[in-house]
Amino acid sequence: MASLDRIKVLVLGDSGVGKSSLVHLLCQNQVLGNPSWTVGCSVDVRVHDYKEGTPEEKTFYIELWDVGGSVGSASSVKSTRAVFYSSVNGIILVHDLTNKKSSQNLYRWSLEALNKDSSPTGVIVTNGDYDREKFAENPVPLLMIGTKFDQIPENKRNDVLTRTAFLSEDFNAEEINLDCTNPRYLAAGSSNAVKLSRFFDKVIEKRYFTKEPNQMTGFTDRKRFNFKNLHYD
Amino acid sequence: MSFLVDSVIMVTSQVLFFGFGWLFFMRQLFKDYEVRHYIVQVVFSVTFAFSCTMFELIIFEILGALSSTSRYFHWKLNLYVILLVLIFVVPFYIGYFVVSNIRLLQRQKLLFACVVWFTFMYFFWKLGDPFPILSPKHGILSIEQLISRVGVIGVTLMALLSGFGAVNCPYTYMSYFLRNVTDSDILALERRLLQTMDMIVSKKKRIAMTRRQMYQRGEDQSKQTGIWGMIRSVTSPPPNSENLSLIQQEVDALEELSRQLFLETVDLQATKERIEYSKTFQGKYFNVLGYFFSIYCVWKIFMATINIVFDRVGKTDPVTRGIEITVNYLGIQFDVKFWSQHISFILVGIIIVTSIRGLLITLTKFFYAISSSKSSNVIVLVLAQIMGMYFVSSVLLMRMSMPLEYRTIVTEVLGELQFNFYHRWFDVIFLVSALSSILFLYLAHKQAPEKHMTM
Repeated sequence: MASLDRIKVLVLGDSGVGKSSLVHLLCQNQVLGNPSWTVGCSVDVRVHDYKEGTPEEKTFYIELWDVGGSVGSASSVKSTRAVFYSSVNGIILVHDLTNKKSSQNLYRWSLEALNKDSSPTGVIVTNGDYDREKFAENPVPLLMIGTKFDQIPENKRNDVLTRTAFLSEDFNAEEINLDCTNPRYLAAGSSNAVKLSRFFDKVIEKRYFTKEPNQMTGFTDRKRFNFKNLHYD
Repeated sequence: MSFLVDSVIMVTSQVLFFGFGWLFFMRQLFKDYEVRHYIVQVVFSVTFAFSCTMFELIIFEILGALSSTSRYFHWKLNLYVILLVLIFVVPFYIGYFVVSNIRLLQRQKLLFACVVWFTFMYFFWKLGDPFPILSPKHGILSIEQLISRVGVIGVTLMALLSGFGAVNCPYTYMSYFLRNVTDSDILALERRLLQTMDMIVSKKKRIAMTRRQMYQRGEDQSKQTGIWGMIRSVTSPPPNSENLSLIQQEVDALEELSRQLFLETVDLQATKERIEYSKTFQGKYFNVLGYFFSIYCVWKIFMATINIVFDRVGKTDPVTRGIEITVNYLGIQFDVKFWSQHISFILVGIIIVTSIRGLLITLTKFFYAISSSKSSNVIVLVLAQIMGMYFVSSVLLMRMSMPLEYRTIVTEVLGELQFNFYHRWFDVIFLVSALSSILFLYLAHKQAPEKHMTM
């Protein structure tokens, strides 16, 4: 078990968009039967085969940290939430396709998470304004997931999809639109599953296989850094 | 002719209030949600507009603006509309939105909404029985029946909120009650929280790995079908699944712990922010204000007790009494009529503004705390209902604060209600609410330092 290293991906989004259902679907391959409010943070683990199907295939555990709450929470809640944002390797931004506000709030969510990142190449944003260029050179890979896809009325579908395409360009991220209550959207071989797999591969690459100094803030990470050097082939 | 002018003035002011309610809804309440059913916004703004109009009519009464016949007409009209909204429209829509959230009843939303509404009406009617609010000479479908019941609910709400507010206000303002929280306390809690999360993660990794091995070895749960499978699983359960359920239980316990730690950390952070705030000028000002408020609160509790024990309801309003005292005891002579009008205008104005503002702020806080994207419509409608009933009963109770000549319109319009009952009822509920808030806050305050002792 020590050979499987640690990768942390945050799952952020407004309350009620379906983060817990999504995380459950990604990790247990099952639909969550009774979603309830997430208090604090709930973690789940997904087993991911890096470079699946190639001879360099390796199994990694990806921790999905589902942080609950809303952007407008009290500052005491925000400062407590910041505890979870340290040493993050990837961020999944979740929004509700039937609720425009949740997509707009993604800017604030990403700023909140990335501002807490204390790595030297982290996004430094002044006045809380988001800057597109900074997102382009952002070292933390982002993925945008839109939920409740089945609840969009037919005639609005094109507008919604165009809007989310613009949004994902702003974040320089891939986007996946699905319905968390239907595992069909992430069936093996579908384009969504491929995008997801690519995202996780990118996260793992940035974490382990690039030579630039990554976010190593906690002392636990430093310990694993030594581990990583030991069994690095 | 003057009636037309007056009506135009009234309608303009109503439109203004409607606009204000609309803006408040959009900017404050629903700023994180998307409004999909505009009817909710309309209903909320309409309730707000007509409630404010009632207050406006009282002010006009005191100032003597507009002719008295048109005032009377508008009073009646306003009252009918607001009762219609509070008793028919809002409860029906609450029922409708509650029903549309439940998946099973999607088919016949309207039917079930009507059923809910009839249940509401039944309980609403039954509410009037235990209270001596009506004189027997009223018919069954008179407006007094409806107003009396709305009044009871509204007065209870007002008294509960006042009682709690009167106690909570000094508690929050005064820094005497602030627990001492240092940065190291917070850091220690955060470290514990992260450690708990790490433990959860490692256990979940074990579960995931075990599951994967089971899956690869074909020991899936689905293999244990059929009679043989069941018998086999009873006698010799696969060791992995036993292990799994044990680890799963540990994970559940750890997750519960992490939630508690999170909430405690939030609490400590909030206290730390309050400590920092209390060191600023504003904080110090509020601290001093808190002392005054606590004296006022004690005074009010005392007065409420006296009123109940000695079975008295004040006959004169504070304005007239104040003037009497100044004239008789202090010997200052001034034009009583002129001043009583202006002073009661100011006093009533202050009461109205502070109660509207206070209610809106409380409603907003409440809404943020408990709403989610599914239930936001229902909650806003419930808040609109509370707001309407609150304002109607504040008109009822405000009658006490006004000099006799201005009380007549309220008495005339609202019919012959037993006003004294309402005041007595307010005192009782206020006392109950204030005492239980004191008890509740005392227990909460006591419990918190003990929690941190166990660290």
